[in-house]
Amino acid sequence: MKIHSFNFNCSKNRLKDIRCFVDQALQSYSFTDIEKHKMVLAVDEICANLIIHSHECNPAQNVRLEIKENGNDGIIFEITDKGKTFNVKNYREPKINEIVKAGKKGGVGLLLVKRIMDNVEWSTENDRNICRLYKKIG
Amino acid sequence: MVNINSKVDQEDICILEISGEIDASSSIHLDNAMKKAVSEGFKKIIVDCDQLEYISSAGLGVFMSYIQEFKNLKISLVLSGLNENVFSVFEILGLDQLLVLEDTVEKAKKKVNENP
Repeated sequence: MKIHSFNFNCSKNRLKDIRCFVDQALQSYSFTDIEKHKMVLAVDEICANLIIHSHECNPAQNVRLEIKENGNDGIIFEITDKGKTFNVKNYREPKINEIVKAGKKGGVGLLLVKRIMDNVEWSTENDRNICRLYKKIG
Repeated sequence: MVNINSKVDQEDICILEISGEIDASSSIHLDNAMKKAVSEGFKKIIVDCDQLEYISSAGLGVFMSYIQEFKNLKISLVLSGLNENVFSVFEILGLDQLLVLEDTVEKAKKKVNENP
């Protein structure tokens, strides 16, 4: 099984590097350009959330990103960190018209991720937070 | 990294030319450019996205945050020249229906002159 891995420190300036890494790793798979672009975006959103909310942009802290094949079924993006745990139970899917009405600037990143990926999972294993994004090929 | 150039055309339309990528690290520049256009009193704003290669939720959030304010202030906003990838991101959340998007700056100029 092919695994692409990338470690990055928690600075927003690393988002460009993360996108380049994902884009490069996806080159060998038969996704369309738009699908690849959306997957790059989904990983960027998760990583940006971790950097900003779980690690408060502390460049001394690190996150690991792995891209793995999921049998013949597709690929898994696995993002592992030891920051503040995201509690998915507290997440309420936002309504776009309410965000617009309130003039809010944030809050749609995770909604994008959920609409792009086939499945999104969060778990805590051995003191590490793991977010897995699943995408089927074809 | 994003670059934003601001210019004013003869019909008093503020045109913001964006190039590069808007993500969580650079969306503040888009927000500042939009704020400046509002504070300078423009009622017609075109955001030329022809050279925009990438936008994340941070950038979408900036546009979303002005929709209601612009409606209240009767400011007309049109985005132009989104490439296929960037357009697809607006489409995911249905923002292609909430914002006015045109293919070219010329078409955007016609549109921005209609009532907001």
